[in-house]
Amino acid sequence: MSSLWIRNARVIDPAARRDDAGDIFIENGKFVPTLSTAARKRARQIDARGLVACPGLVDVHVHFREPGQTHKESIATGSRAAAAGGFTTVVCMPNTTPVADNAGTIQYMKDVITRDAVVKVFPTGCITVGMKGQALAPIGSLKRAGVVAITDDGDCVQSNDLMRRAVEYAKMFELPVMDHCQDQSMTQGAVMNEGVMSTRLGLRGWPNAAEDLIVARNVILSEYTGAHIHLQHISSRFSVDVIRRAKARKARITAEATPHHIALTDDALGTYDTNFKMNPPLRTEEDRRSLIEGLRDGTIDIIATDHAPHNESEKDREFDFAPNGILGLETALAVTLEILVRQNKFKLPKVIDLMTRRPAKLINLAAGTLAPGAAADVCLFDPDETWKYDAKSGESKSSNSPWHGKTLTGRVKTTIVNGRVVFDGRRIVV
Amino acid sequence: MPWHRRHLITLEELSLDEIEQVHATAVAFKRTLKRTVKKVPALRGKTIVNLFLEPSTRTRMAFEMAAKRLSADVIGFDAANSSTTKGETLRDTAQNIQALQADMIVLRHSAAGSPLYLSRILNIPVINAGDGAHEHPSQGLLDTFTMKEHLGSLRGRKVVILGDILFSRVARSNIHALTKMGANVTLVGPSTLVPHWFTHLGVKVSHDLKSALADAEVVMLLRIQHERQAAGLFPSLSEYTSMFGLNKTRASWLNPKAIIMHPGPINRGVEIDSELADGARSVILEQVTNGIAVRMAVLYLCAGGQPENVTPVE
Repeated sequence: MSSLWIRNARVIDPAARRDDAGDIFIENGKFVPTLSTAARKRARQIDARGLVACPGLVDVHVHFREPGQTHKESIATGSRAAAAGGFTTVVCMPNTTPVADNAGTIQYMKDVITRDAVVKVFPTGCITVGMKGQALAPIGSLKRAGVVAITDDGDCVQSNDLMRRAVEYAKMFELPVMDHCQDQSMTQGAVMNEGVMSTRLGLRGWPNAAEDLIVARNVILSEYTGAHIHLQHISSRFSVDVIRRAKARKARITAEATPHHIALTDDALGTYDTNFKMNPPLRTEEDRRSLIEGLRDGTIDIIATDHAPHNESEKDREFDFAPNGILGLETALAVTLEILVRQNKFKLPKVIDLMTRRPAKLINLAAGTLAPGAAADVCLFDPDETWKYDAKSGESKSSNSPWHGKTLTGRVKTTIVNGRVVFDGRRIVV
Repeated sequence: MPWHRRHLITLEELSLDEIEQVHATAVAFKRTLKRTVKKVPALRGKTIVNLFLEPSTRTRMAFEMAAKRLSADVIGFDAANSSTTKGETLRDTAQNIQALQADMIVLRHSAAGSPLYLSRILNIPVINAGDGAHEHPSQGLLDTFTMKEHLGSLRGRKVVILGDILFSRVARSNIHALTKMGANVTLVGPSTLVPHWFTHLGVKVSHDLKSALADAEVVMLLRIQHERQAAGLFPSLSEYTSMFGLNKTRASWLNPKAIIMHPGPINRGVEIDSELADGARSVILEQVTNGIAVRMAVLYLCAGGQPENVTPVE
């Protein structure tokens, strides 16, 4: 019997409304209320004085690029980046090559996950065949193969009728439908937020209205069908307002915000640095503030990273030609603590909740808790340690991060999955 | 202040003093263009590569003419027959040009920000000859140079830029130069092509041609491209002409001494009547000639020359 005894931590478990100084006991991969004196003697001990111990972080929005784009990332390297960032459960988007629109591809991913992943990795499947937005993918087979949600992330379903049928059909399996909200007819050639900065820089603008329209569409379809629609990486203040009003009517709508959208604005694009290029784009200070207020009042349910690796030769290009997306897993906790806790006075347990219990609940996963009997997934972090982030020496295969070379505050010291230490604060140890 | 820039990427980053230094240098070079022997030896032994990755006639020829007048050797780079069509990146193309011991690159590119990108990679000066819808600094310098020749100081002068502002690098460079020089700038055109965001750059935005043109001393027309109509930004070229085309009646609303400018290529009968384009108030061809002198100044200064050292050889 293997035992682990985490001593003298500040234990934060939002699921149990716990925030106190104490110990965490783990036996055979599960949390236990306590360990016997004999077991304590045998147990591996971790001195967590000065550290926060919370459930392993949960991210419902990552791109691990496998199969097919493993020059950017793989399930192995992506899961290592997750572990280094304190994440123990992540959900992969299906825009791989080939796309995950059939049970066979999902089975392949699951085999690779079993073989390579150091944290818990769950696949999603496509809404439509080939992610082309024309015909429904075999959603039932995908569910049976193990997807936790369906999404055409990156390629928002444009047909309102097809989206209606998709959510209606997925509701039969209580499968969340995640949508990247973008009216593509309004964003042809767009590479950044439309506004003062795009006007100055001469770059093609992506108006927030293109997001707001689809957010409103999804609210309407969710209320019409009763299906759960999850709105990915909300970036616009108008969208926050639409969601807030939908929630007041008890619509089955959930929403996420990324660390980069709450930390940065399109002011950062003045030097055409492609590590600030993502979709949806960074928006204005007003939008950023609205996202933070949305997280504060529950309009936005969770933090998700949209970890999107691209290798250097792909990003090292003219701004128009570089792909969208930035890394997120290894900086998410530090950035979120900086913005929400230090700058906006969120209580730490609230922020932990946004990154553990709530995202787990959103996709019906038994994670994000320190409750006895639950799988022992833990993140230990020092909320005050400052460190310099070097994306090139990180665990991800790529290094496309706007925080490369920046000093961050808040550092993951240990990540535990099923009672096993997988990251010890310096390296992956499996 | 001596000239210290090696690259010319934007007019947004130039100070008023720097703009005036370029103009003063261009005045000196313009004199040399009137002589029988038009060459000066300023850049003898230097090689300038015109890296034009987007079609251009006027700008490319003007830069080549300017370089040759300065006695530099010029190599043109034709996008259609180059390794870029074989998938070579801009970085690799530019590094190869540098390795070929070129002394300067003049870049025209469809992607905004690409000259800045190259200037950070290369050790040799990069001159922006137009990057997407961002800037066309040498055009902004030659346009303001031409205005000054006709009006003297631009402080307090009413300048109207009319047409497709949204996609225009010429408009942006002129906006930055003109606002620094103290001109009152009004942008006019259909609301889809002249978004209100431009007011943040210190200019007025109007969709009423008559009040905008009233007593203006400069009107600069921009080319209306058919592809913008295809993208649904305005109904038709004929509607554009009927709403915003410059004709004799509308030109009468201008200040009597106003000049009419256009960076070219012009669409006769669309944004401007032929009569006006060829008329006495038109300075369109002067702009082209001034383009040589201003680009000589730009190349000379960015190659390390100083304004006071321009000494034309007689």
